[in-house]
Amino acid sequence: MIEALQNRKYLQFFLLVAVFLLLCLLVPQSEGNWLWRLPPLLSQLPIIINNSVDYMMFEWWPIEVYDPDIEEYEQKPLLREITRGISGVVLFLIELVREILLGGVKTIVTFSGWDWATENQWARWPALPWTVVAGGAAILGYALSGIGLAVFVGAACVYIAIFGQWEPSMQTLSFVLIAAPVAILLGLALGVWGYKSKRVEAVLNPLLNVAQIVPHFSYLIPVMVFFGIGDHAGAIATIIFATPPMVRLTILGLKKVPPEVAEAGLMSGCSDWQLLRQVLIPTARRDILIGVNQVIMQCLAMVVIASLIGAKGLGNDLLIALNRLRIGLALEIGICIVLIAIVLDRLSLAWANKQTDYFADQSFRERHKYSLWFLIVFVAGVVLAWLGSFIFREGFNYLYLIPHNKGITTAAFWQAGVDWIWDTFFYSLKGFNEWLIVEVLIPVKNAYLAMPVVATFTLAMGAGFIVGGIRSALIVGFFLLFIALTEWWDRALITSYLVTMAVLISGFIGIVVGTLCAQHAASSRFILTVCDTFQTFPSFIYLIPVMMLFGVTDTSVLIAIVVYSTIPATRYTVEGLRSVPEALHDAASMSGVNRLQRWLSVELPLSFPHMALGINQTVVFALSMVIIGAMIGTDDLGQLILKSLSDKAGVGNGLVLGFCVAFIGLAIDQILRTWANQRKQALGME
Amino acid sequence: MSSADSKSNAPVIRCESVYKVFGDNAARMMRESNGVVDAEKFQQAGCIVGVDNASFEVFPGELLIIMGLSGSGKSTLLRCISRLTQATAGKIYIEGADILSMSNKQLIELRRSKMGMVFQSFALLPHKTVLENIAFPLQVKGVSLNDSILRASEMIDLVGLSGRQNYFPRQLSGGQQQRVGIARSLAIEPDIWFLDEPFSALDPLIRKEMQDEFLRLQSVLSKTILFVTHDFDEALRLADRIAIMKDGVIEQLDTPANIVLNPATEYVRKFTGEVPREKVLKIESVMDDDIPVSVDGSLTVPKDAIVETVAEAVLNSTAPVPVTDSGGNIVGSVRASRVVSMLFGGRAAQSSAQSS
Repeated sequence: MIEALQNRKYLQFFLLVAVFLLLCLLVPQSEGNWLWRLPPLLSQLPIIINNSVDYMMFEWWPIEVYDPDIEEYEQKPLLREITRGISGVVLFLIELVREILLGGVKTIVTFSGWDWATENQWARWPALPWTVVAGGAAILGYALSGIGLAVFVGAACVYIAIFGQWEPSMQTLSFVLIAAPVAILLGLALGVWGYKSKRVEAVLNPLLNVAQIVPHFSYLIPVMVFFGIGDHAGAIATIIFATPPMVRLTILGLKKVPPEVAEAGLMSGCSDWQLLRQVLIPTARRDILIGVNQVIMQCLAMVVIASLIGAKGLGNDLLIALNRLRIGLALEIGICIVLIAIVLDRLSLAWANKQTDYFADQSFRERHKYSLWFLIVFVAGVVLAWLGSFIFREGFNYLYLIPHNKGITTAAFWQAGVDWIWDTFFYSLKGFNEWLIVEVLIPVKNAYLAMPVVATFTLAMGAGFIVGGIRSALIVGFFLLFIALTEWWDRALITSYLVTMAVLISGFIGIVVGTLCAQHAASSRFILTVCDTFQTFPSFIYLIPVMMLFGVTDTSVLIAIVVYSTIPATRYTVEGLRSVPEALHDAASMSGVNRLQRWLSVELPLSFPHMALGINQTVVFALSMVIIGAMIGTDDLGQLILKSLSDKAGVGNGLVLGFCVAFIGLAIDQILRTWANQRKQALGME
Repeated sequence: MSSADSKSNAPVIRCESVYKVFGDNAARMMRESNGVVDAEKFQQAGCIVGVDNASFEVFPGELLIIMGLSGSGKSTLLRCISRLTQATAGKIYIEGADILSMSNKQLIELRRSKMGMVFQSFALLPHKTVLENIAFPLQVKGVSLNDSILRASEMIDLVGLSGRQNYFPRQLSGGQQQRVGIARSLAIEPDIWFLDEPFSALDPLIRKEMQDEFLRLQSVLSKTILFVTHDFDEALRLADRIAIMKDGVIEQLDTPANIVLNPATEYVRKFTGEVPREKVLKIESVMDDDIPVSVDGSLTVPKDAIVETVAEAVLNSTAPVPVTDSGGNIVGSVRASRVVSMLFGGRAAQSSAQSS
């Protein structure tokens, strides 16, 4: 009996589940029973965090600072001066880009003073006419890649302009154009450092793990405290959130550089810097570019969230449109965000893959043809804008800047569509919605809430022990203990219930769709492209269509999570199945199996570890979406995080809640990853 | 070309008791061992001895091949000499300068001016075209863009890749990629040329072609070469001298002929047993020193001719055939009986012994 248990892991699992169920039945639900709920010993933690943040911000290490207004030296805390300095620089950069695109006076004020600027009305940047920006972007696309990209980029700009989203789009762009490069460079630098020094990597790794899974909202609160509110704060929060994937992919890419290539660089006489700049980073560029792509994606995902702490632009508008349930407008704004994301992504990709032709005819016109074209476009655009000022005498000059929401709009059409759907399918949608909530969601939620804490610990730590031994069990136990000792265990259970439901559905859909598509090379490529495209969409976008159908309910959140987190499940399934060697397919077929048998006995077992990593990603995606879902109404951890945003002393709450969410993810990550790596090793895949 | 001629010159590479020990406490183990390295004892302490007391010299224009099976430490030795890895103990001199005590700056300078290296897996930079790859060492050195591109174009012609300068490495076959690797390593006109199993990743036919190409290049360029291979035939075909390594130890270092004729250890004998000697040995090694009294007709053979190429003529001749040196002077003679016994003698005895 014991021997059978030692060898058969699934028997151990059966036993574990039996114990779990038994505990659920036996432990009484009563206050003060520690087996039912642990006491909130960590309830003081948020307050301690708040106090220490306050201390650091307002009292720690005072320094003498000269204040030009009162012409005296003053005592000010160091940290505050530092963060203010950073804020100032970031804000100035954003304003600079913004005023090149949209015109304005603030950068001039930075160098002169308000008085000077108000006295001299001419001292004001004019905006670049939108035609010039669109033309310039198209030329850039052409120079980097070719006519295809040029047309796409140009068309995207035209869409944004004529739909009257030019101003918020340029505001968003200016913010992304600062945040993304900073995040990329910072990530690259940290990644290189981590690659060079094992010790740094050992420190970075757990930090990155946590950083990538702590919900977006949690970053906002400390950023708000340290850096204030506004575009710069949004940009800084974005940088903090977008940097970790870049660091991770940089390290990964550099580690994959074949040692002989590095040696070839050394033997060519490279100095350290040349080796890094010209050999290692370019050779690792595939992974680093994925990192760049991720940074851009994160930046645009943060566009909406950053608007909560005062970033202007599309995100802010989208948030307002969603709050007012103006679905059509939200959809148009959403498309703008997606377009900016794709344009930036394609341009950066093309830039990285560009090559030089040394044998081209190097006449002056050839060498500077793109600059010359841009000059032509610039002059033409300015002339057009000038002419426009005569044509559109009253109202707005459409050839200069199309004002916000004064372009054409299809919002009415979409709104009508939504209304039509509501009118036509009202009862079936409502019926489905109610059925799902009453018959499925609420019972599951109640079941989760009826779990005694001791049973949850047994299940999670037991699973950790079976998969990864005592070490995994302790790690998982630590994560759970932290959550259990806060006041928010019940909320965490609700979050887990939503995530569990979503992951089950997503995993199922993903594996089915992935398996079907993996049968052919062409369909695999197709579905991977679809996944790539969907992944470029900021997570917020997914809320728009479901709100159209289901309004503000748990169903909407659930469906949004499912749609969003099906992406990794599908992708990893396809990748896993396609990576099964062709020879094994042939070997199995020659043993006389049919298609289904081959799938069950060969492909599935071999690709399952990779699929498990996909499920792991699905969990991460689902968690991040659950928290964003709080914006349209749930009653889980996300809701509380959102609440602490508007709380003066919300830092502590926000951070601790963020850690709770992160630890749910990390506990699942620990079990799934350990298992997948073990299987991969056992199958000789690593 | 012959090593005998160049021995009068100072060695280009000189190794004195070079050790390379892998492991965390390698340096301490080395210090405590007082110069007596016992591989087994090291292994118990968690160290692996990669190179064990290697001492040898390479002379200008000489082609020394380090031969050994995988794990024998041959590549490690090469990397110690190019200082891609740090030797644990010993001295390595390149043209008299102690490379182990060089600063990073000096080392870079040395590599930029004197060294070139070719790798087994080609190690081309995937993001650069053929032209850019070859120009890379020049650009790193600070040569202007125009000059480096011009020079790289010359190198492309030299290795026979004209018309492919704008290809990326992934668009080339293995043989072509290695031609790029060779061109890159020669772009700065190095004096010392390291080749780490350059042809091992290639198909047999291509390998033969590349070996011919390599010999052609070497006959033009006359570099001092350190060449690593696991292919004994390749070593015999190309080398001036061969160092055979096993478990980090150089078992024997000698000319191909001497290794085939007088293997120093049992391990070396295993390699030489199957070697077709007529393809390896030169007339030199079966020659008698006596000058034939009567010169029979016009038949002479050069002393560095491979036996196979002149065997028919020598065997058909009844009288000893005069042997000439490179200047055409007669320096000895070769008899058919010597050739026959050299080719078949030892081996017949061996196989009859095996069959009985």
